[in-house]
Amino acid sequence: MKQTCRTAFMHSLPVMAGYIVLGIGFGLIAEENGYGILWALAMSLFIYAGSMQYVAVSLLTSGASLLSAALTTLMVNARHLFYGLSMIEPYRNAGKTKPYLIFALTDETYSLVCSGKAPEGVDFHRYSFLVSLFHHIYWITGSVIGAAVGTLLPFGTAGVEFAMTALFITVFVEQWKSTKNHLPAIIGVLASGICLIVFGPDNFLIPSMAAISCALIIGRRWMDIPGETEDNA
Amino acid sequence: MNTTHSILLVAVVAGVTVTLRFLPFLIFRGDHRTPAVVQYLGRVLPYAIMGMLVVYCLKNVTPLSCPYALPEGIAAAVVVLLHLWRRNTLLSIVCGTAVYILLIQFVFS
Repeated sequence: MKQTCRTAFMHSLPVMAGYIVLGIGFGLIAEENGYGILWALAMSLFIYAGSMQYVAVSLLTSGASLLSAALTTLMVNARHLFYGLSMIEPYRNAGKTKPYLIFALTDETYSLVCSGKAPEGVDFHRYSFLVSLFHHIYWITGSVIGAAVGTLLPFGTAGVEFAMTALFITVFVEQWKSTKNHLPAIIGVLASGICLIVFGPDNFLIPSMAAISCALIIGRRWMDIPGETEDNA
Repeated sequence: MNTTHSILLVAVVAGVTVTLRFLPFLIFRGDHRTPAVVQYLGRVLPYAIMGMLVVYCLKNVTPLSCPYALPEGIAAAVVVLLHLWRRNTLLSIVCGTAVYILLIQFVFS
């Protein structure tokens, strides 16, 4: 258990940096808009979806209707459907922690568990649970700090949020090297790149997901190579 | 601002988010075999989604106007090259982020 804890903690360090900084940013914005520590804490505890919480603050301050809040959440967070789809098998026998594993499946947590394998000598489900829990704690801590003392921090943290981008790039490179079939990765980049150009930065996620699903299903015969996926998923 | 409305709104956002996260598991649960096409998607999606997330993170860069996506491009290249060389996730992220911070705070500020 101690070994698992250590491994999970080491792997969660990059996210610690990113979540605390992004959490502080969120807490600060919430506080400035009249939603103090308790609000920031509750939102980070129960919503626990980074970019959506930033959007939620603007929904709150603009007095958006509940329906438009629901639709906006649907648009921004629809990508989580994909995470669930690819974790059905890896999380199948996760036992008592399964509901929490699913609840806490953020972009960053997904990037650490989506291989379906834990680092050597560590139980995958325990590892996933600890990584999920650590990430959640970092995010809550950051939000509370931001709401409490955010305004006192000296400016100079601009750019730290790149840690998240860098994390996704390293996972992308890892995945690229783990398989001989690069079509899915290329489809992911190309389809979302094209959709970004066509639909713009605020509306491209759902078209991208649709395009990626279609391309993957149409191209299945070239991508579903038996034998390889088992070892390298 | 009406506190009740705010509480309800937070609950709605949380509810929709958690529903999206649970939905795939609820649809394909139990001992029924998950349909082959869904299993296939589950296997290939991680590769495609990580590409989409990288694009998502870079969605606000402006390649056609100053600073021409240079801070992001240089920092991303540092991450990729360093990672290909050492394959140490923490090292790649720390160095890439440090380069990005230096670039936007001092070089392209």
